[in-house]
Amino acid sequence: MLVVEALSVARGGVPLLDGVSFALGAGEALLLRGPNGVGKTTLLRTVAGLQPPLAGAVRVEDDAVALAGHADGVKAQFTVAENLAFWSRIFGGAPVAPALDALGLASLADRPARDLSAGQRRRLGLARLLVTGRPLWLLDEPSVSLDAGSVERLTAMLETHLAGGGAALVSTHLPLGALPSLDLRPFRARLPELP
Amino acid sequence: MIALVGRDLALAVRAGGGFGLALGFFLIVVTLVPLGMGPDAAVLARIAPGTLWLGALLACLLSLDRLYALDMEDGTLDLLATAPVPLEGVALAKVTAHWITTGLPLTLAGPALGILLSLPGEAAGALAASLALGTPALSAIGGFGAALTVGLKRGGLLLSLLVLPLYVPTLVFGAEATRRAAEGLDPATPLLLLAGVTLGALALLPFAAAAALRMNLR
Repeated sequence: MLVVEALSVARGGVPLLDGVSFALGAGEALLLRGPNGVGKTTLLRTVAGLQPPLAGAVRVEDDAVALAGHADGVKAQFTVAENLAFWSRIFGGAPVAPALDALGLASLADRPARDLSAGQRRRLGLARLLVTGRPLWLLDEPSVSLDAGSVERLTAMLETHLAGGGAALVSTHLPLGALPSLDLRPFRARLPELP
Repeated sequence: MIALVGRDLALAVRAGGGFGLALGFFLIVVTLVPLGMGPDAAVLARIAPGTLWLGALLACLLSLDRLYALDMEDGTLDLLATAPVPLEGVALAKVTAHWITTGLPLTLAGPALGILLSLPGEAAGALAASLALGTPALSAIGGFGAALTVGLKRGGLLLSLLVLPLYVPTLVFGAEATRRAAEGLDPATPLLLLAGVTLGALALLPFAAAAALRMNLR
């Protein structure tokens, strides 16, 4: 589903990671680990096609990727259900109700998104993944500002997705279930030597 | 794309969306001109076509810097870039929604405001036609400028500097069509040129805007 070959990525012209290679098939997930600033977000954005790789290649099927980044893409003026309904229409009309249920948002459906707490807003951003119907999820620190119960919901949602033949690439500092992980520290790009 | 236009229109009419802001600005500019120039009907009638078109142009500019900036800030643009809709389609949808919220009300209000400036009655039709043909170009060119400056904090001033020179052909042909009608001449030639500018802008600039957005998303 996703093949990353000898990938090098840069942020703002500074090379961060060099020679990252891995592959993900259906039903597989990989947790990206490493300290702040190691290049997890940049790697995810490169896989999503938002920025070109410095070197190497990302092979991914067309229209397979759903991204959930630090910003949740939530419009404050819309209600929770309206926000999800918009993304559902953009991605081809998957039903909204199961996505609301999966993240425990059903009781908040008619609340304006501006009244949501940070954790509720993040849950709405994660519910969006379910209405995209995309097989490959790219999650950038999905557990930020979630409480313990919501992290359990997220883990369950991820397991259901993998069991249904999906795949996920997750940058996180938490152990989410018993998923394999990849430490990015050995791939740190060497900074050019100072004269 | 229809979903995107619908969302932008819904956002515009919700609280703080800014629907009607451009129209109000246009109204104020046009009512201020007679106060500044004096009430001489002959003078006002002479400057009416240019004033109305300048007012429309500035009103259009007013809401441009929010066109992509809000979607950039809350991450929506990242998500749209990975959605099945191509970014060119996103750019066209944005231009359409911007025109419906600014260009269309300006077109409808233009002839009524012409009366305030003693614009001769026979020019009202040409004014409406020129605004209807010209304002989509203002939205398309402005959309390109907004896409170029979306990554910048406080990019509004730079946006004006980039976009206003590109508005020159639209302003020249739009005001000229209205002036010719006011003097009893045939406005067809400038109207056709205006339509040409608009069609060219609508055909080409969504691609330029999408390329600019890709640059800014990196």
